[in-house]
Amino acid sequence: MKRDPIYGMMAEFDSATALVDAARKTHQAGYKKIDAYSPFPIEDLAEAIGFHHDEVPLVVLIGGLVGGLSGYLMQYWISAVDYPLNVGGRPYHSWPAFIVITFEMTILFAGVSAVFGMLALNGLPMPYHPVFNVPRFSAASKDRFFLIVFSSDKNYHSADTRKFLEGLAPRSISEVPS
Amino acid sequence: MPEELRAVADNKAPVIEPGYTFGTVTEKISAIVLTRPASNGWFVGFGLAFMLTMMMLYAVGYLFVKGIGIWGDTIPIGWGFAIINFVWWIGIGHAGTLISAILLLLRQSWRNSINRFAEAMTLFAVACAGLFPAIHVGRPWLAYWLFPYPNTMRVWPQFRSPLMWDVFAVSTYATISALFWFIGLIPDLATLRDRTDKHSLKIIYGMLSFGWRGSARHWHRYETAYLLLAGLATPLVLSVHTVVSFDFAIGIVPGWHTTIFPPYFVAGAIYSGFAMVLMLAIPIRKIYGLEDFITERHLQNSAKVMLATGLIVAYGYGVEAFMGWYGGDRYDAFTLWNRLHGPYAPEYYALLACNIFIPQLLWIRRLRKSPVGLFLISGVILVGMWLERFIIVVVSLHRDFLTSSWGMYYPTRWDWMTFIGTLGMFLAAMFLFLRLLPAISIFEMRTLLPEAEVKE
Repeated sequence: MKRDPIYGMMAEFDSATALVDAARKTHQAGYKKIDAYSPFPIEDLAEAIGFHHDEVPLVVLIGGLVGGLSGYLMQYWISAVDYPLNVGGRPYHSWPAFIVITFEMTILFAGVSAVFGMLALNGLPMPYHPVFNVPRFSAASKDRFFLIVFSSDKNYHSADTRKFLEGLAPRSISEVPS
Repeated sequence: MPEELRAVADNKAPVIEPGYTFGTVTEKISAIVLTRPASNGWFVGFGLAFMLTMMMLYAVGYLFVKGIGIWGDTIPIGWGFAIINFVWWIGIGHAGTLISAILLLLRQSWRNSINRFAEAMTLFAVACAGLFPAIHVGRPWLAYWLFPYPNTMRVWPQFRSPLMWDVFAVSTYATISALFWFIGLIPDLATLRDRTDKHSLKIIYGMLSFGWRGSARHWHRYETAYLLLAGLATPLVLSVHTVVSFDFAIGIVPGWHTTIFPPYFVAGAIYSGFAMVLMLAIPIRKIYGLEDFITERHLQNSAKVMLATGLIVAYGYGVEAFMGWYGGDRYDAFTLWNRLHGPYAPEYYALLACNIFIPQLLWIRRLRKSPVGLFLISGVILVGMWLERFIIVVVSLHRDFLTSSWGMYYPTRWDWMTFIGTLGMFLAAMFLFLRLLPAISIFEMRTLLPEAEVKE
């Protein structure tokens, strides 16, 4: 498949309010393949670009369950099956003593899944990305806000999309080479 | 209402001084890492800390050659400095997690300017703490036997032992703290990548930031993960010192075998941790001119946390003494008498002075506003909390059930060299951290600015 030489059209904004507003209008105008970039998390922004499915909690839940179960079963198997030690006649399967490590393993697995799950769902690490080709984009990690319409969007048309973005009163517009 | 206005409305010192923008906050914090040259003071401080680290390595190297006979540990006091220092260090770490996780869940936005270096403090303190049990096991090259792994000896660890619980609690704590700290750094590393002019630094920070670009989808998942991690770290941090206290409380030694231990250990951990936060924050804000970000409000809030947790600790001492007197167990009663009148009584009175009486000065508002006063009191509290662990470990062990097995504990210079050496290692790591990574979370500071508010 031939790669599109243009990755998308990017507009730059001055404030979080302008970006959320522009993102909402762009999404309502029928552009579905869009993204927004900001120097800090903005609560309304994900919703404005039509992003609703966050799978991170599910990943963490599964991680926690796997951690807790494996922690408990490990202790049970070791203490009661593979290496039973009679200490003062106490039961081999002495579950109250296993709670602490079960708890710690739940937290460990859930926490590790939260971090690596988040990174994996975000497709990170990804040191190169087409948006970095826009020189002004370096301000996205400081004080500027960006909106992009991807060229893969079915409504994308170089001239029309530029015209539409200009209507949102951005600070600048640039075409992003891929 | 933006944080700035809310502070004015509440007639409190602001969390961030007015007049900052996204740009100036970013520049001010990243300049410490990127443009500001290292001062002579930094080199002197780092050099001293590094020398102490070398001293510790020397003491530990000698220990590996000779064995733990070079320490003051004897029977009946088999735990000595190694466990005192372990508990002290891990307790200090707790403030970092409290600030980054618990205060995040409680929506205390003032935490945003101190969470990063408090988390770093946690990591380095846990590293210092972890060293002690590892070198205390006698044959430290076999310390990995603590973990359950299939082995040719066909033996497994004993999971009914609180010492095993401790292995899991502390290693989980270290892992989660490191992850929490690192994912907090990712957006700021991207900022440093975009701010630096040096190509090599751009590549290093770019790789470390994983190519973070601040996409709205990424931020959304990031915030979810961060919040969940905070929710997981909150019970974790409470569990860690609880489990540390089980190391004592599950045993039958008089002075250890009490149910008050878990809550009072956790409170004591936070108490000493905030003292360390203040001892670090006060010089850092002064030297790097960060008074606008780490304001009077932060110092006062930390002082109040110390006051509250200090009172819980005082309550713990009170209950211990009361149970010794009222409980009717003659060995517990003797432990109380021995603390007050035994050979280590001066340490016990010093502990009461450092942890209970002197910190009551924090009720005075003028003192809570004085950085120098807070710095000094924090130092006193750190000494007091160290003495507390000394009393718990040594004074309980040195005279237990049988008078024939009584003894005395005298730390040797190797004990002191190792302990003071870990202080050097901790400070050396802090010095490096200040120069190489943003000491204040830049992106979280941006969210505190009034312009971060989205107007409908």
